Amino acid sequence: MTTPIVEAELPQWPPVHAARDPFAPLDEAERPHYDGPVRQVRLPNGTTAWLVSRHADVRQLLRHPAFSADFTRAGFPLLRPLPPAETRDTRGNFIQMDGAEHSRLRRMLTAEFMIKNVRRIEPLIQRTVDEALDDLAAAGPPADLVSTFALPLPSMVICHLLGVPYADHDFFQARSRTLLDRKTPTERLIREVAELRDYLRALIDTKRAHPDGADDLLGRLIRERIEPGELDVEELVGMALLLLVAGHETTANMIGLSVLLLTRDGRFTTLRDEPDQAPGVVEELLRYLSIVRTGLFRAATEDVEVGGQLIRAGEGAIVLISLANRDAAVFDDPERFDPYRQAHQQVAFGFGVHQCIGQPLARAELRIALVALARRFPQLRVTASPQELSTRQHSVVFGLDTLPVTW
Amino acid sequence: MTAVDRPGRAETTVQVAVDRDACCGSGNCVRVAPEVFAQDDADGLVLLRATTLAPQSGARARRAADLCPSGAIRVASAEALPR
Repeated sequence: MTTPIVEAELPQWPPVHAARDPFAPLDEAERPHYDGPVRQVRLPNGTTAWLVSRHADVRQLLRHPAFSADFTRAGFPLLRPLPPAETRDTRGNFIQMDGAEHSRLRRMLTAEFMIKNVRRIEPLIQRTVDEALDDLAAAGPPADLVSTFALPLPSMVICHLLGVPYADHDFFQARSRTLLDRKTPTERLIREVAELRDYLRALIDTKRAHPDGADDLLGRLIRERIEPGELDVEELVGMALLLLVAGHETTANMIGLSVLLLTRDGRFTTLRDEPDQAPGVVEELLRYLSIVRTGLFRAATEDVEVGGQLIRAGEGAIVLISLANRDAAVFDDPERFDPYRQAHQQVAFGFGVHQCIGQPLARAELRIALVALARRFPQLRVTASPQELSTRQHSVVFGLDTLPVTW
Repeated sequence: MTAVDRPGRAETTVQVAVDRDACCGSGNCVRVAPEVFAQDDADGLVLLRATTLAPQSGARARRAADLCPSGAIRVASAEALPR
């Protein structure tokens, strides 16, 4: 059932009808309302924003300095109400900062996540994967791949890197989920952000009170930035919050969807038999699955023409990387998953100065996890059809709630 | 296909330059052309291993410039051939 769209009405964003196919970025019937040239859409709060979905337009907009990531700016597209100013604590949350303010904090982290440092921790990732696979073997068959493997693995890795005790995972996993759910009531959002900040602040305070020379990210930033006075504790709290949430939610959802996709049509064996192909497979999974499906949000601070459409200062824009990654002008036969495709132009990590800082870590985790899973459980299969699986329709990071598997 | 992928470019050498102020440390360039680009141990920002490149590295440097999220890489033909 679809509701007829009245000619004069703008399409709504997010769409009213969710896609039934977890591999489709949008419901097929509704997709023409959003795909193609820049157009206006209506948001749940009645305001309008420009929707940008073509690969070239997406790249141009996200690279352009006149588009702000600050959600308090006039015209910024909001999918849920902005909490009152006095309840918002966004210190350190550099994904919503612009210019020098943003680069100051981001640059304290770039070396942490650079390729050679991620390569250095690959043995740790491998060990964590092997232990998680032991747990999976002990849990089944059958088992839920999401709760026994896809979620614990990136959560354990980011905890180890940051220096956050994994034993507290129930606490921060539940709250991370709330933060990313656009249906979360404002009061609950405010409360759970505060709880996460309190938790991280207490952890940082303890680390400062008992310096143990720990070789983790929080310990290093305390020694090198907080103690010399370059960084405020509340800023570090916000940075840690961002890394903790982003570090496990995204990779976890990519693993679940990737396994669902690869175990169909025997593609799973490609990873086992041709592990050299794994980096290319991961790139194509990133393109095809594009889990940040509600878009990236910006407000124009100057008049800018994007894809032939003038976007004026003070107007909002929503950038659909999921559709840019299916743009036939860039990817041949874009609706087909092709593990041998050279998908290096995919924009699943975003584009512009806010492009995912953890992308080398995400790529390494996905590659190591999927290859190890295919080697250890070559007979792995999903026991539900893709349409039967419950998905995270209201999360800004799409994924599967559960993935029942056997082997 | 982008210009970067097109085979048979007639270039011999290319010049590459980077803007560290614009760099956001995403590391795409190091992934695409590790013989041309590196990341600074101190801050993760881009460093150049070479400025004048042979054709094969030049093609990879062009791809890196295309993929650079912040537009911090400039590549120019030494001969400035028409494209």
